[in-house]
Amino acid sequence: MMHAAFFLTFAVLTLAGAVAAALLRNLVHCALSLTVTFAGLALLYLSLGAEFVGLTQVLVYIGAVAILVVFAILLTRGSGSLPRQMLSSSGWRVGWLAAVAVGFVLVAALRDAPFAQSQGNAPVVSVKEIGQALMGPFALPLEIVGVLLTVALIGAVIVAMPEKPMLENPVLKNQMPEKQGGAE
Amino acid sequence: MNLNAGWASTGWTSTLDQIFVLVQHRVAELFPPVLQPWVAMILGVVGIVAVFPAIFALTTVLERKGLGRMQNRLGPNRVGPYGILQPMADAIKSLTKEDIIPRSADAVVHFLAPVVLVVAIFLGYAVLPVGRNMVLMPIDAGILFFFAIGASTELSIFMAGWSSRNKYSLLGAMRAVAQMISYEVPLLLSAVVAIMMTGSLSPEAIVAAQGGFSGVLPHWYVFTPWGFAGFALFVVAALAETNRSPFDLPEGESELVAGYFTEYSGFKFALFFLGEYLGMMSIAGYGITLFLGGWGAPFSFLAFIPSWAWFFGKLFLAIFFFIWLRGTLPRLRQDQLMNFAWKFMLPMSLLNLLVAAAWRFLGEWLGAGVGAEAIRWLACAAVLGGTYVLLGRAMLRRQKIGPRSYRYAE
Repeated sequence: MMHAAFFLTFAVLTLAGAVAAALLRNLVHCALSLTVTFAGLALLYLSLGAEFVGLTQVLVYIGAVAILVVFAILLTRGSGSLPRQMLSSSGWRVGWLAAVAVGFVLVAALRDAPFAQSQGNAPVVSVKEIGQALMGPFALPLEIVGVLLTVALIGAVIVAMPEKPMLENPVLKNQMPEKQGGAE
Repeated sequence: MNLNAGWASTGWTSTLDQIFVLVQHRVAELFPPVLQPWVAMILGVVGIVAVFPAIFALTTVLERKGLGRMQNRLGPNRVGPYGILQPMADAIKSLTKEDIIPRSADAVVHFLAPVVLVVAIFLGYAVLPVGRNMVLMPIDAGILFFFAIGASTELSIFMAGWSSRNKYSLLGAMRAVAQMISYEVPLLLSAVVAIMMTGSLSPEAIVAAQGGFSGVLPHWYVFTPWGFAGFALFVVAALAETNRSPFDLPEGESELVAGYFTEYSGFKFALFFLGEYLGMMSIAGYGITLFLGGWGAPFSFLAFIPSWAWFFGKLFLAIFFFIWLRGTLPRLRQDQLMNFAWKFMLPMSLLNLLVAAAWRFLGEWLGAGVGAEAIRWLACAAVLGGTYVLLGRAMLRRQKIGPRSYRYAE
């Protein structure tokens, strides 16, 4: 009873945030509404007893991803409201088509999914067990994810590095054709 | 909360030690059994919400008096004896001041920002052990909870800066968020050594692991090479994370008026002020929990003094340290701040993780004994100290020290 009330509150919060993120006209408001959705999801995880996932959701999504989103908005197109514009009719039709198609796929997938009617309690997984699993059987995937993230980080640094003009770069200078515009 | 778990109650010292827990149980017992856990929880919340803002009020006047002493002036001395009632006057003033919202500001976000900040910071106290058996919410992943909540305060600072529609506010918020994100990495990594050594994310387990004495000296983590390095890194990162001097660029008065809360007045300004100091106290509380033995006594013969008295004593020492630093150090520049975080703090905290692991396995290989212990201690200290010196020298050599050049001024 208590649990159902919590679940309903958090579910409504999550959905309201998501709807607001889709419908609001100011991009920063959308980003902040999305954060409400992240928080609602974290609360849902916590109410299900998944402590580690819930707290990591807060740490990663609210602490990092939301900040990244607002920074991206502010650094690219400004935060002003978009002018209200009419949708072009073809885009409108394609949009409906896509929505119906996605809905159909989702309904089909949900109908065929074998939902196990589990009675009894969900397994309680402590943070320690998650850590031991990550360091034991899942050590290799963890390492691969780590390498992937490092590669992404280095890539981001290279993209952000100030680019030297080609003529000043000693390596590229030797490879440059005499005339600008390419020799081929 | 379980009363006296694993701890024999003997005599009046233990009664004094557990006095708040006992009071909580007595009051809860007045209610029907169904309500008892809720009443106990509410009492705990009331305790936190009453005690820490009271310390905040005391801290504001202590800080102004302390800074006054350091700057050879008196500080506030008009309200009450020695100006001790100054916080009351400040509170009444900020409650009765007009609450101004700029016309172009985003009213809803402008209102929500200080509320979200203070709520998030109060949540951080939920898992802080302030004494033996004195944790509001004893969860397994307490340290993770604190860091998760701490990370979410950045968003409210952004909300404040953005919604004010003021260039100073937005610049201050951008600086604050960039600084907090950068220093969050060394803050987390420096705390990880204590978690590694304890083998638990629970603050109570970390305090318990530092309990016990060798002779009269305690087993605090700060007395080991990795613990000392971790503690130093944690303190620096905590200063940056709470925007305290010398990392107070986001609200540098000479450049940005008041940074992200330039456009706040009256009670909302007071909420930001409260949030900042509560954040400082909670991060100091976790520093104490992780490295300074939490509520443990510093000498075995002082163990009769109640645990909560030790915690709050250490907290006041930490606050004094923060005030002292503010009176001593000049403000950093933005590029110095970022260089320091990524080129010094991060490599040092990563190295500290390796040293902590080495400490753990050297202990197994060398076995017990004073000689083995000394070798382990010296080896770890040498690695950390050597890297500290070399890294510092390398960073200094690359700095071009000379007359300051101005790009946009002059």
